[in-house]
Amino acid sequence: MTPAQLPVNTPLADPGASPPPQGWKWYDYFTFNVDHKVIGIQYLVTSFFFYLIGGAMAVAMRTELATPDSDFIDPTLYNAFMTNHGTIMIFLWIVPSAIGGFGNFLVPLMIGARDMAFPKLNAIAFWLNPPAGALLMASFFFGGAQSGWTSYPPLSEITANVAQSMWILAIVMVGTSSILGALNFVITILFMRIPSMRLDQSPLFCWAMLATSLLALLSTPVLAIGLLLLLFDINFGTSFFKPDAGGNVVLYQHLFWFYSHPAVYLMILPIFGIMSEVFPVYSRKPIFGYKAIAYSSMAICLVGLFVWVHHMFTSGTPPWMRLFFTISTLIVGIPTGVKIFGWVATMWGGKIRYTTSMLFAIGFLTMFVFGGMTGVTMGTAPVDIHVHDTYYVVGHFHYVLFGGSVFGLYAGIYHWFPKMTGRLLNEPLGWVHFALTFIGSNLTFLPMHQLGLQGMPRRVAMYDPQFTSVNQLCTIGAFILAASVIPFTINVVWSWSRGAVAGDNPWRALTLEWTTSSPPLIENWEVLPVLTHGPYDYGLNNSSPENLEPVAGSTSPS
Amino acid sequence: MKEIPSSILTLTAGVLITIISFWVGQHHGLMPEQASEQAPLVDNLFNVMVMIGTALFLVVQGAIIVFMIKYRRRAGDDTDGLYIEGNLPLEAFWTAIPAAIVIFLGIYSVDVFDNMGGLNPGDHGMMSHHHVQPAAVVAQAPSQPAIAADTAAPLIEPQAPYARYGFGANPDQMGKPPALSVNVTGMQYAWLFNYPGGVVTGELHIPAGRDVQLNLSAKDVIHSFWVPQFRLKQDALPGQPTELRFIASKPGTYPVVCAELCGSYHGGMRTQVIVHTQADYDQWWASTQVAQAPDQEQTIAVRPSDLSAPEFLAPYAEQVGVSSAALAHLKHHHQGGTMISHLPASPES
Ligand SMILES: [Cu+2]
Ligand SMILES: [Cu+2]
Repeated sequence: MTPAQLPVNTPLADPGASPPPQGWKWYDYFTFNVDHKVIGIQYLVTSFFFYLIGGAMAVAMRTELATPDSDFIDPTLYNAFMTNHGTIMIFLWIVPSAIGGFGNFLVPLMIGARDMAFPKLNAIAFWLNPPAGALLMASFFFGGAQSGWTSYPPLSEITANVAQSMWILAIVMVGTSSILGALNFVITILFMRIPSMRLDQSPLFCWAMLATSLLALLSTPVLAIGLLLLLFDINFGTSFFKPDAGGNVVLYQHLFWFYSHPAVYLMILPIFGIMSEVFPVYSRKPIFGYKAIAYSSMAICLVGLFVWVHHMFTSGTPPWMRLFFTISTLIVGIPTGVKIFGWVATMWGGKIRYTTSMLFAIGFLTMFVFGGMTGVTMGTAPVDIHVHDTYYVVGHFHYVLFGGSVFGLYAGIYHWFPKMTGRLLNEPLGWVHFALTFIGSNLTFLPMHQLGLQGMPRRVAMYDPQFTSVNQLCTIGAFILAASVIPFTINVVWSWSRGAVAGDNPWRALTLEWTTSSPPLIENWEVLPVLTHGPYDYGLNNSSPENLEPVAGSTSPS
Repeated sequence: MKEIPSSILTLTAGVLITIISFWVGQHHGLMPEQASEQAPLVDNLFNVMVMIGTALFLVVQGAIIVFMIKYRRRAGDDTDGLYIEGNLPLEAFWTAIPAAIVIFLGIYSVDVFDNMGGLNPGDHGMMSHHHVQPAAVVAQAPSQPAIAADTAAPLIEPQAPYARYGFGANPDQMGKPPALSVNVTGMQYAWLFNYPGGVVTGELHIPAGRDVQLNLSAKDVIHSFWVPQFRLKQDALPGQPTELRFIASKPGTYPVVCAELCGSYHGGMRTQVIVHTQADYDQWWASTQVAQAPDQEQTIAVRPSDLSAPEFLAPYAEQVGVSSAALAHLKHHHQGGTMISHLPASPES
C-alpha cells in the first residue's frame, strides 16, 4: 500500500466485511487490531507495565546503595538490574509510550485522518514490543545482560553470553518496531492531513513527531548494525570488536552512540510536543512563537545527529574530535532554549488553570531547565573529563529523562486520558501524585550531582564509605518515587471505569482530537472536521459563548 | 502593578540574581580538593558555567513562579488570556543570548582543553632519543628494555606504544620529555603500576611538582583511570594505548577510581595515588630497589588494604597468571606505610 493509493478521507475498513462495531470492547485491546487508537493504548499500557518492572529494579539498586558494601543483592545481579533498568526505561517505557503511545493515538486525530498511513504495519510494529520485553525478562534465567545498556565490548562479549545475545535480539526487535513506526508517522504527517490544514497549521505535537521520526529513521539502522556485529562476535566467532584479533573496541562506541545520542531526542522531542499542547490549553493563551518552536524541533533533529562523541570524550578519541563535539553539543542548547523561553512566555498573560496536567508541565519545565544546564557543563570536554561515568551523569540524565520525559508523559496522560477513555482522572489524587513525584525525583537525583563531582563513579554496587549519607538521601527519594506510582495506578484503574464522564472536550482545547467523541468513534469522525481556527487560537474569540463553558477540573483546590 | 515600581523591581531582581550567581559560582563547594595543575583550569570553567547556569535558572524559574501567581485563573473567570502569538524581537533576543553564551563557552573550553595538554597526546618530546635521568626519577628509554620485561612478560609492557589519545604535554612542556613515565595496566579488578626498572606496584607513587606521564593500557576489558582530585580521567583500552600527562601539585593520598564498567566488582576497583614530596619520593623509590634486590624477586603490590574482600584477589590472581599456590605464599611487608607484597618469580609469571 502506498500513500498515493490510500483513499485519505474514506473509511479504511474492509468493504467486504460486516459493518464495523461502534466501539471497541475491552478484549479488542488484547488482539492484533489495526486501529491507531487501540494501538496507541496498547503501547501505553504495555510500556507502563514495563515501567513498573524497571522501577522495581531501581528500588532494588537504591536499597543496595544504602550501604557502601555489596550486601543486599549479589553484584552480578546488581549489574543485571542496572543494565535492564536502563534498557527497559528507554526501550520499553519512554520510547514506546511517547512515540508509540501518544504518537499513534494523537497524530491521526490531530490532523483529521481516519488512521495511520499503514495500519497493519503499525500493528506489527506494536506486536514486536511484548516479545522483546519477554525476551529481556527471560534473559534473567541466564543471569541477565550485565554490561550496561551501552554494552561496550569487550565486556559485553565475555559476560553472560546467552543473556547478552537475548538482550541484543530484544533491542533489534524494538529498533525494528521503531523504524516501522517512524516510517508510518512521516508518511501520515506529510500526506494525510485534512486538505484545509497546511503543515504549518498542524499542532506542534505533529512537528515534534515528524522530527522524532526522521531522527529514528536516520539513526536506528546504525544501532542495529552495531548490535548485530556484536552478536556475530559473541556467537559466530567474528572479531569486529575483539582487540586481540585485530578488532576495534572504540568502533562499537561510535556505532552505538550515533544512534543513542539521537535516542535521547527520541525520548524528549515527543515530550516537547506534548508540552506545546498542554501549556496553551491550561494557560488559555496561544503558544508563544509557533514557528520558532516548530523549527527548533527540526534544528535539534539536525544538530542532534552530530554530537554523539560527547559520550566518548574519555575514550579513544583524538583531540580534534573532543573539541568539535564540544562545540556541536553546546549548539544544541540554542534551539532548546528557544523552546523553553517559548513555553514560559506562553504562561505570561494567561489565565492558568492548575490541573494535574499543568502541574506536571510546570514541573517538567523546572526539572528540564536544571537538567539542561548540567547537560551544558558536561558537553564541554574539560569538565566532562572529570564527570564522565560518574553519578553527576546519572543525576543529569535522570533530570532530563525522569524530570523531563516522565513528567511530560504524566502531563500527557492526565491531559488525554479523558479523550482515550471518556472519563476524567481524579484531580486531588493527581495532585498527590504530582507532589510525591516532584519531591521524590528531586530528592533522588539532585544529590547525585554532588556524589559524582566528589568522586563516585556510576554503575557500582559498592562505593567508598565517605559517600554513604548522601547515597542514603537518594535511597529515601527513590522510595518516595516508588510510592508516587501507587496513587497514579489507583487513579487510572478506578477512573477508567468509574471516573467522572468527560464529554467531548473537557479542557475546551482547540486541536482536532477534541472535536470528536470521547473515546473517539472507530473511524474517528462520522464527518471529517473542517478547520475553522488554528490549534492555539485561544483568546481570539473571547466573547463566543462556546468559550464560556466551565472547564472540567478547573476548580481551585482551596 | 504600576510602570515605575515594576521596572525598579526588575532592576532589583537583576542585581540580586547577578550577586547570587557570582557568589554561587565561587562558593558551591561541590568539587573535591585540587591536586593537579589541570584541576584549577577545569574548576574555573566549571565555576563560570555554574555562575551562568545559576543566573539562567533563577531567571527562568523566577519567571515561572511570578507568572504562576500573577496569571493564575481567578475564580469564576472562564475567559481566555491575551491573544499573543509571539514577538519577533523578543524571540530573536532569547535566541541571541544562548548563542552568545555558547560561543563564549566554546572558546573558553578550547582554551582550557589546550592548557590541560588535551591537544598534544603523543608528544613525548625527546624521550625516545635521550635517556633523561632527573634526580631519582628514571625515564624509560627504548634502548634499555626494562629489566623485568623478560621475567614478567604478562605483567609488564616493556615499552609503552605510541599513544594518540588522552592528555599529553601542556603548552609549557611541549617538546620536553616527562620526568617520570609509568605504565599503567587495568585489569579486572586492579590497577598495576609498572615503573622503569621493573618495579610493579598496586598503588601509584609520584613526586609532586614533576611532569608525570601515565601510559594506559588494559588487559581484558575497558577500564577508566580517574583521580577526582586531579580532574583527569582517561579510558584504558584493550588494544589502543592512551596516556595521561600531568603535574601533581599537592602532596597527599588520593583515590584512583575505575570509572568504566568492567564487571561485577567494578565498584571495588579502587586504589590510591600517593603524591610525595621529592625527598619522600626518593626514599620510597630507594625502598623499592632494596626490596627488589636480594633474590631478584619481582615486586608486586596487590590491592590496597582497604579492599580486602577475598573475591577480588582470586580473579586478579587468575588474570596475572599466578597460581593459587603462589597466592597462598604471598608475604606482606610494610614499608613506610606502603604495602608491597613480594611474589617469588615463577617461570610463567
Ligand atoms: Cu548525547
Ligand atoms: Cu575497571
